[in-house]
Amino acid sequence: MLFRLNPSSGLPLYLQLMEQIRHAIETGALQAGDQLPTIRKVAEDLVMNPNTVVRAYRELQHEGIIALKHGSGAYVSESVGVQAKVTRKAQTIVQSALERLADFGLTDDEVRRLVDNELVQLRAAKAPGGKRQ
Amino acid sequence: MSDAVIEISGLRKSFKGEAALAGLDLQVPAGSIFGFLGRNGAGKTTTIKLLMGFIRADGGDARVFGLPTSEERAGIEIRRRLGYVSEDKELYPYMTVQQILRFTRGFFPKWRDDLEQKYLRLFELPPNRKIPDLSKGMRSKLMLMLGISHGAELLVLDEPTDGLDPVAIRDMLRELVAIASSEGTTIFFSSHQLEEVEQIADHICIIDRGAAVVSGSLDDLKAQCQRLRIVLGEELRTPVQWGEGAEHVRQDGRMVEIFASRNADAIADRARALPGASVERFPVTLKEIFLANVRGN
Repeated sequence: MLFRLNPSSGLPLYLQLMEQIRHAIETGALQAGDQLPTIRKVAEDLVMNPNTVVRAYRELQHEGIIALKHGSGAYVSESVGVQAKVTRKAQTIVQSALERLADFGLTDDEVRRLVDNELVQLRAAKAPGGKRQ
Repeated sequence: MSDAVIEISGLRKSFKGEAALAGLDLQVPAGSIFGFLGRNGAGKTTTIKLLMGFIRADGGDARVFGLPTSEERAGIEIRRRLGYVSEDKELYPYMTVQQILRFTRGFFPKWRDDLEQKYLRLFELPPNRKIPDLSKGMRSKLMLMLGISHGAELLVLDEPTDGLDPVAIRDMLRELVAIASSEGTTIFFSSHQLEEVEQIADHICIIDRGAAVVSGSLDDLKAQCQRLRIVLGEELRTPVQWGEGAEHVRQDGRMVEIFASRNADAIADRARALPGASVERFPVTLKEIFLANVRGN
């Protein structure tokens, strides 16, 4: 498995590693039941702190994406097949929305800001007593 | 009980009336790779020399493995359990690589032949070459190897990659990571190379003028700190109180840039509440954290 991190991007390395593993699962490079490289192997290959790898694996386990088996390493969860299906459906919705937005001539950053803003509004509306402005 | 391998509190040291350390506090958790950062002259080497028992503090407390560094007998015990790579990478000049290995192993009952053989091969050190004839990179590797092979629980490294070429730096970092993951060794290293610290450290301390200005888990620091770029609908007539954590606020017309050391969510929400405002948030690098906390001359 090839991962590539960028230490000077500012984004914490455990988040970058989590993102790459998620991406590998979404694209099918890693499939349900596949074994992930050991913590030591990832640490040495990427020259990164083993504790950081542990943290990424633990968070992914917490999200149910991978399962840690004592003594034998980490595996992609059997349930990610279902999640991958949901992701693909969501992807279609996002794709068609983005195609329609492209007709307005908006830049990527503008689209991102719009989405961020809507998410914040949505969060505020969902909060107790919150109202959509 | 504490799982800190190094514990320093209120450490003070002056040279000729000039304060090198002015109340330093520092905690190095067991099993961490700890990056000790600061400008030249910030007090990094003084701290390491105090830990090694080479010099005495004027006040405060420094413990390694829970043992006081200020006591002679405790100091011997500490040095038996740690490996040290000095800033100048000086070693006995009349010895060859082979001789210093044989000489050093005599002091350490728990000497690891397997590690000695492994690193002799890996570091490609010529056994019969005299120490002064080794390059600086080779001397660094030799010192590191001595520390590793005697089974040190803690490695204290003073600028271990200083003066090394990029390939040697990568090799050195990879070995530090390998030792940490295979042996569980705690690694404490000083550096002013922010990129390499960002790459392998999980905890950091930034020291400035003899005191810690930032310390903690690198991931936590990065989660707390953010750079916010705000574009306002109209120019502000009265200054906004951005609240706790908003540092280095720069404003130019309708553009505001904020380095948030914490409470980035609250600051962003406050910005979004302004008429017509849009907010972009960026993760910060260790370099930005460093520059935001260390004062220039």
